[in-house]
Amino acid sequence: MNKVIEFKNVYKSFGSLKVLQGVDFEINKGEIVCLLGSSGCGKSTSLRMINLLEQKDSGDIIVEGKSVDEIKDINQYRAKVAMVFQQFNLFKNLDVLSNCTIALRKALKINKKEAEEIAINNLKKVGMENFIHAKSDTLSGGQKQRVAIARMLSLNPDILLFDEPTSALDPEMVNEVLNVIKSLTHENRTMVIVTHEMNFAKEVANRIIFMDQGKVIENCSPEEFFTNPKTERAKAFLANSNIH
Amino acid sequence: MEFIKLCISIVKKNYLSILLGIRTTLVLSILGTLFGFVIGLFVGGIRAIKLDFNEPLYKKRLKRLIDYIGKLYIDIFRGTPMMIQALFFYYSLRSLFNWTPLVAALTVLSVNTGAYMSEIIRSGINSIDKGQIEAARSCGLSNIQTMFNIVFPQAVLNAFPSIGNELIVNIKDSSVLMVLSITELMFETKSIAGSNYRLVETYFITALIYLFLTGVASYVLNIIEKRMTHSKTSLPQSATNFENLVLAKGGSDE
Repeated sequence: MNKVIEFKNVYKSFGSLKVLQGVDFEINKGEIVCLLGSSGCGKSTSLRMINLLEQKDSGDIIVEGKSVDEIKDINQYRAKVAMVFQQFNLFKNLDVLSNCTIALRKALKINKKEAEEIAINNLKKVGMENFIHAKSDTLSGGQKQRVAIARMLSLNPDILLFDEPTSALDPEMVNEVLNVIKSLTHENRTMVIVTHEMNFAKEVANRIIFMDQGKVIENCSPEEFFTNPKTERAKAFLANSNIH
Repeated sequence: MEFIKLCISIVKKNYLSILLGIRTTLVLSILGTLFGFVIGLFVGGIRAIKLDFNEPLYKKRLKRLIDYIGKLYIDIFRGTPMMIQALFFYYSLRSLFNWTPLVAALTVLSVNTGAYMSEIIRSGINSIDKGQIEAARSCGLSNIQTMFNIVFPQAVLNAFPSIGNELIVNIKDSSVLMVLSITELMFETKSIAGSNYRLVETYFITALIYLFLTGVASYVLNIIEKRMTHSKTSLPQSATNFENLVLAKGGSDE
C-alpha cells in the first residue's frame, strides 16, 4: 500500500485555543477513511489542512510523497484534493453547470465545451443533470450538496475530502446525499470523510480514525472500532451515538 | 403666480445654456461614477485580497505597502472638500498635463468617487459568505480568479444600492466643480442669475432640475436593481427558455 496522506505530529492553535496537539495518521491510496469524534476535536481542521485551507503551526503533512510546505503551485494542488463543505458553498452568482465548470476552465484551463461535457457527466452521477441552468438558491439543501459533489468530481481529484457533508441538511435529505457518496466508494478513489453519521461510517469506511482533544486516539478498522473500542473515550462516544 | 411667470420667462430666455449645463453635469456625474466604480473595484479588490500563506515575503510586504497607500488615498479624498481637490489638482498639475478644466474636473470627480467606491466595494466583499471564497480556492481558483468570477459579481450585487447612491450624490456634488469654470448646471445658473439679478427664481429652477435629474437617476437605478435581484432569486422567471423551466420544475427531488 502506498501512502497518499501522512500527518506527522501536527500542531495547530487558533489563538489560545489548541485545536491539534500532535496529530499522527496515514491514509493509503484508495482507502475510505472516516474521521470521527465529538465537535471541536480537530477533525474538520485536519481535513481542511489537507486542502491547505488551514495552515499547520508545526509538524508535517505529506501528500503524495511531498510535504505541503514544498508545494509551488497551490492552485493546481488544490484541484487534486477537492473538497465538499458542510454549508455546500455553491457559488451563488452562477448556475449549476457553471458551478461545476468554472474551476475546470479557470484553474485547469479546459475549454468550455469539454468542461461542460465533464460537468454534465458528473451531474448525471449525482442525479442533477436536469437542473443545469438552475441558480443555486432555488435548490434544496440535498440538491445543493449533490451539485457540490459533482463540482468536486468534475476536477477529477486524486483525493476526495468531505467536511460533514450532511450536517446542515434536513433529516429527510441526509440519505439522498449519503447514497451519492456511497456510490462513489466503488470508484477506487481515496476518500476522507468527516461525519457524524455513525451508521454511514460503519458501512462505507475501510478505516476509522477517532479523534479527541486534538489527538488521534483510535485508528482501526470499522469492525474493531464499533464492536470493540479500546479507549474509554471512544466507548462513551459510541454509547451516545445511535448505531444499529 | 408672479413667481412662476418669472421662472418660466427665465427658462425661455436661457434654455440653451441650461440644457448645456445639464449635459455637462450629466456627462461629468455619469462618467465620474463609472470611472470611480472601476477605481473602487481595483482599490477595494486589492485591499480585500488575503495573500496565501506560501507567498514569498516580498509579496506580503508589497501588499502591506499597497494597502497602506490605498488607505491613505481613501482618507485624503474622503477627508477633504472636493472643491479644494479640484482647485489644487487643476492648478498644480496644469503645467505637467496641460489639461483642460473639464478633464481636470472629471479626473478629480472620478478619483474622489473612487475613494468612496473603494470602501463600498470592500464592505460589499466583506459581506460575502467566507465559504464562497473558500470553496473557490479549494477547487483551485487563484486569488485573482476568485475575485473576478465569484467575489466581484456578488459584491457588486450586494453593494448596488450604495453604488447607485454615488451617482445621485455626484449629480449634485459635481456642482462644486464650477470653481474650475466648467459650464455645468451650477455654473450656468450662476451666470444667468448674475445677469438677470433674479437669484431666488433662477436657483429655484436649478433646484427643480437637480431634483428631476436625481429622481430619474434613482428610478433607473431601481429598475436595474430589481432586474439584478430578480434574475438572481427567482428561477422560473429567469429560466432562459421554456425547456429549462419545465426541467427545473419537473425534476423530482428523488
